[in-house]
Amino acid sequence: MITTAVHEREHYLNQSYGIKSWLLTKDHKRIALLYLFTVTLFFFLGGAFATMIRVELLTPTGNFVSNDTYNKLFTMHGVAMIFFFLIPSIPATLGNFFLPMMIGAKDLAFPRINLISWYLLVIGGLFALFAMLAGGVDTGWTFYTPYSTTYSNSWVIATALGIFVAGFSSILTGLNFIVTVHRMRAPGMTWSRLPLFVWSNYATALIQVLGTPVLAVTIILLFCERVFHIGIFDPALGGDPVLFQHLFWFYSHPAVYIMVLPAMGVISELVSVFSRKPVFGYHFVAYASMAIAVLGFLVWGHHLFVATQSVYAGLVFSFLSYFVAIPSAIKVFNWTATLYKGSISFATPMLYAFGFIGLFTIGGLTGLFLAALGFDVHVTDTYFVVAHFHYIMVGGTIMAYMGGLHYWWPKMTGRMYPEGWAKLSALVVFLGFNLTFFPQFILGYMGMPRRYHVYPDEFQVLHVLSTAGASVLAVGYLMPMVYFVWSLKYGAMATANPWGASGLEWKTQSPPPLHNFDETPIVTEEAYDYGSVIGEEIHVG
Amino acid sequence: MASDAHVHAHEESLALREQFDTAAQQKDASTLGMWIFLITEVMFFGGLFLAYTVYRHLYAEVFAVASSSMNVYYGAANTVVLLCSSLTMVLAVRAAQLGQKKAIVLFLILTLILGGVFLGVKAFEWKEKFDEHHIPGPTFHLDGVSSSEQGHAQLFFSLYFAMTGLHALHMVIGAGLLLYLILEARKGIFTAEYNTPVDLIGLYWHFVDIIWIFLFPLLYLIDRHLKR
Repeated sequence: MITTAVHEREHYLNQSYGIKSWLLTKDHKRIALLYLFTVTLFFFLGGAFATMIRVELLTPTGNFVSNDTYNKLFTMHGVAMIFFFLIPSIPATLGNFFLPMMIGAKDLAFPRINLISWYLLVIGGLFALFAMLAGGVDTGWTFYTPYSTTYSNSWVIATALGIFVAGFSSILTGLNFIVTVHRMRAPGMTWSRLPLFVWSNYATALIQVLGTPVLAVTIILLFCERVFHIGIFDPALGGDPVLFQHLFWFYSHPAVYIMVLPAMGVISELVSVFSRKPVFGYHFVAYASMAIAVLGFLVWGHHLFVATQSVYAGLVFSFLSYFVAIPSAIKVFNWTATLYKGSISFATPMLYAFGFIGLFTIGGLTGLFLAALGFDVHVTDTYFVVAHFHYIMVGGTIMAYMGGLHYWWPKMTGRMYPEGWAKLSALVVFLGFNLTFFPQFILGYMGMPRRYHVYPDEFQVLHVLSTAGASVLAVGYLMPMVYFVWSLKYGAMATANPWGASGLEWKTQSPPPLHNFDETPIVTEEAYDYGSVIGEEIHVG
Repeated sequence: MASDAHVHAHEESLALREQFDTAAQQKDASTLGMWIFLITEVMFFGGLFLAYTVYRHLYAEVFAVASSSMNVYYGAANTVVLLCSSLTMVLAVRAAQLGQKKAIVLFLILTLILGGVFLGVKAFEWKEKFDEHHIPGPTFHLDGVSSSEQGHAQLFFSLYFAMTGLHALHMVIGAGLLLYLILEARKGIFTAEYNTPVDLIGLYWHFVDIIWIFLFPLLYLIDRHLKR
């Protein structure tokens, strides 16, 4: 160490060593890596549950796990994936690392709060893990009352408290991002020069700050109801179980946009860099993020079309849900228009971006089907819904997350990943994903209900296809795991700007120094100004 | 040695944190952060206010009867106590801005005492509810309400305890923050140039006060229009 330290340039990874230098770090870049490690763990945990679900569904009879175990499997899959992977995934890892760098800041506004928020996620995660190991929870990730409050004999409280604590992690991250974007921008970094990744994380942060506290108070009420039987959700005392659904979805529908808005931000970056053109209609894409954040709060009732909601409320929620399609479509059209006459390169991140655009479009359009009252009643609680939201969350968010990880990996680690393997993994993920989830649209339309593991024989072919796809998908996700770790030691050294990208994060070394920039950058150009970087080398494998 | 550590701690809290360029930027960021935190608190209590609205709408008359069992004098007294504590808090903030180091400590202690009085009265009220079997549960009973509507009356008290309980929890946290401020202020840390913590904890204290301003009429005064 002593011999190499003399020659090696100082950066955030070699500034200090030892477990304490990580667990007590206030550096947003190191905290981002802590998050990366944590959410990856939960991703593979959630993936393990998904694997068991798909194995069980190979045959029409329940012969791999019992009914009760199956209930626990899909619940814990949802809890692990949504609250401990998808929600923190892009904002807390890529956002944490790059939001300050993209605006030319030394760190987030509140580095200590940033570290605390990671600890909160870990503590919440431990609660949830404890519940899973102690015997699991079987309410579905939605915790609907009165089952969760009165009848379930599983670890509802431990899991709910885990989600409660993790919620504060999300709130603090959002708070930190909002203040950082308002107060920490480098000179010349005006709002209309912000990279679109920053815009979308800002919009996400607004949802985190406004929505998550409602989930928190809902969990407190759930806790009081289950432990003290206070009656808030208990019809026997005049309470209304559907009130829980309203409160839950008031957070959990916007939470879908917590998951997908940052993904959209990643795609804006990727499409621009790998077409070597500014994003078409920058302001429309930026304001579309804000519009999605606002509209997201007005559509929760479309989860209650069959749950005692009045016809008039249903009509209004259906109508409002269609509006979400407008800003979403603006983004898709503008990404596509960015490609037009662009100098497109098919590097791995761009392959993931293409995957995102296609899959998100399918997920979004089927969302319109579900926003339609009549059709939704037909497919409520079927695999059609399951397929729809997996197209958004897996086909959308995880595709973008993987694309972003590949794109920024050289900056984060100073190493290049192996391009050939990475391209192969992108292809495998895309094929595996479609094989897994497209059959589920058909299954759902034919009437296969979600959350059942016993089904009529005629559904078996489609279920077998889906399980086969899940196996392919698993390979696709394990490959990056292997070559990312491999690249840490054997990957080619990354230059400061391997993609010839225009953002501020590429104007400092890879990996960045402790305070990101040797001196505070002064911004004089619009975002994605590819006129000025056109001469630089681009290394694409 | 001890005084060395003291001086060091002093400089540490005054120092500009390394992520900021100027003291003004640091103060702006902290203030904005506090306001956003208070917005999350509004949403947090908002869920309870929604539940209250729903059930008051469904069971308006039972809620009015249940509310009439509240002791409005305790509630009113506590309202006065809290409003006074907000006054002393704002005087502490003003003393900090003027750099009057002794006055800061004095007003913070007064605020803490008033907060303590509020919590004391609240604890006394809860004890009464316990004695009167107004605690939700198997032994719950409220006079003047038919047996079929006991459940609805219980909902009122569930909401009462959830809302005043969470409010009291915020008061306890506020008292802890005041204690921290008093200890810091006694070291003479807050000056006309550096008083952000006093300012921000003041904002929090006022917020908790405002929550009570909504809770008091909603829980204590809703039967006042009824003829007795």
